[in-house]
Amino acid sequence: MSDCFIKIDGLVKRFGPFTAVDGLSFSVNKGEVLGFLGPNGAGKSTTMKMITGFLAPTAGRIEVCGHNVETERLKAQSAIGYLPEGAPTYGDMTPRQFLNFIADTRGIRGAAARAAIDDAVAKTELQAVMDQQIETLSKGFTRRVGIAQAILHNPPVLIMDEPTDGLDPNQKFAVRNLIKEMASEKAIVISTHILEEVDAVCSRAMIIDRGRVVADGKPDEMISQSRYHNAVTIVVGETDVAAARTEFEAVNSIAGLQEEKIDGACKFTLFPADRDKLLIEDVSALLVNLSWDVRALYAEAGRLEQVFRQITTADTAVEAIDEPEDEARGDDANQGVGASFE
Amino acid sequence: MNYFLPILRRELLGYFITPLAYVFIVIFLFATGLITFQLAGWFEAGSADLQAFFLFHPWLYLFLIPAVSMRLWAEERKTGTLELLLTLPIPTWASVLGKFMAAWLFTGIALALTFPIWITVNYLGNPDNGVIIASYVGSFLMAGGYLAIGSSLSALTSNQVIAFVLSVVVCFLFTVAGLPIIADTAALIPFMSTAVVSTIASFSFLGHFESIMDGVIDLRDLIFFGSVIGLWLMINVIVIELKRNG
Repeated sequence: MSDCFIKIDGLVKRFGPFTAVDGLSFSVNKGEVLGFLGPNGAGKSTTMKMITGFLAPTAGRIEVCGHNVETERLKAQSAIGYLPEGAPTYGDMTPRQFLNFIADTRGIRGAAARAAIDDAVAKTELQAVMDQQIETLSKGFTRRVGIAQAILHNPPVLIMDEPTDGLDPNQKFAVRNLIKEMASEKAIVISTHILEEVDAVCSRAMIIDRGRVVADGKPDEMISQSRYHNAVTIVVGETDVAAARTEFEAVNSIAGLQEEKIDGACKFTLFPADRDKLLIEDVSALLVNLSWDVRALYAEAGRLEQVFRQITTADTAVEAIDEPEDEARGDDANQGVGASFE
Repeated sequence: MNYFLPILRRELLGYFITPLAYVFIVIFLFATGLITFQLAGWFEAGSADLQAFFLFHPWLYLFLIPAVSMRLWAEERKTGTLELLLTLPIPTWASVLGKFMAAWLFTGIALALTFPIWITVNYLGNPDNGVIIASYVGSFLMAGGYLAIGSSLSALTSNQVIAFVLSVVVCFLFTVAGLPIIADTAALIPFMSTAVVSTIASFSFLGHFESIMDGVIDLRDLIFFGSVIGLWLMINVIVIELKRNG
């Protein structure tokens, strides 16, 4: 079997006049963790429902481990572990009964079933609640029952719709680690609204908007598209604000700045003229000769959130990412006091 | 069988881990008892048979069976477990059949639990037990017919109340198809030939059940209930497949 576990070509889904997915094509290889990003209604869940064979595509072709989902649905579905949105489970069953049922339907019986269930339960830490009715469990436990169900048969392809939704920070951390542990042997697709999660677990991020791919790349590459990439944030005491502003405006490598008043001080965010250069070097060189009341100074890696908003709120979304002059659009309105030298 | 048995097992388990099974069985037994003794006056009639007991089964099923079938698919759709079920490597027919068989077995259990009345009638007199067995078989087949209708209609909606009401209406039509009220109404429609009227009448659950209650299990009646069940389960599969297309 080749390493291309999921192959999608020209995928379209229409619901009446509404086009939910509009010509998606991509593939996911073994070892990749693909993070699906996008606003609500962008087509993320619909795409996942089509990959897993719940919905039939209007057009296009999906192959999972070499099996066409339309014509060899059961073979494709055997290769997939799926956590649907909201992690639905049979609430009247206990996790033990539920996981036994899943093993049963996946053709895992007897000792193999016990081993598979024990393994999935250990990975999702469900031991304590195995004999309680699922509907009486907390949201976090219910979600983990859903994850245990998805990984039970050790599938080569794992599709998870918002796997950490409803989990507390510790549980989120555990689930992310679980995904990272499994990553080398599987092709994993997760959808999420939590952008830090993409940075934490995904080897690749894909932003979908109105049913189309608007950005596809490594998370850090995507972050470097942010205008915050290599920007510098500096907090200066009230007495030196005017002087600081004048000094910053005189530095050529600073293309723009943002000010935000905080308690007895002012927070400047300085944007680099060249995003590939480390602006913090210039700023610290500047500070050496000055005795300002500097309370904080740090370089920004970039903000995925800002890239996300910039891409998904722009009208010509695909172009926006390549044209720096368009970047401020849809962003300044939310960012306190903005100023630009240009 | 590998596909169908896991669904059957889960569904049967689903009945007995919730109060549903116990509530249904108690109400079914109570209602059959009440109707047999109070409404039909079985005791006063003093004849050693169970006619009075079986005669009201169609009318009892008319409301009790849709109450069982309404949740079969509507509940899965509502709670989102349908997505889980349909993305497991199981063909749609196996899910449909598994759910139906579990519900049918369950109503069979409820029906079987009416056995004390059979013991009673044997204690009190010398009934024709062949007729009684035939009637039990007929009642069971008829329950299957109602269930298949209800299951299909439950797949149409995520609202159990709608599923219930639709099922009662359709089951009612199938029950009374042979009664004069339907035949007379149909005959009023212009160009309605007597062949059509009698075809409609032949769909009557009542007619087929009553002919079995006479003590003869006619192949035609078996084929009738078998094809009603088969046809409605096929419709059920088609409805689920159509929903896949959005």
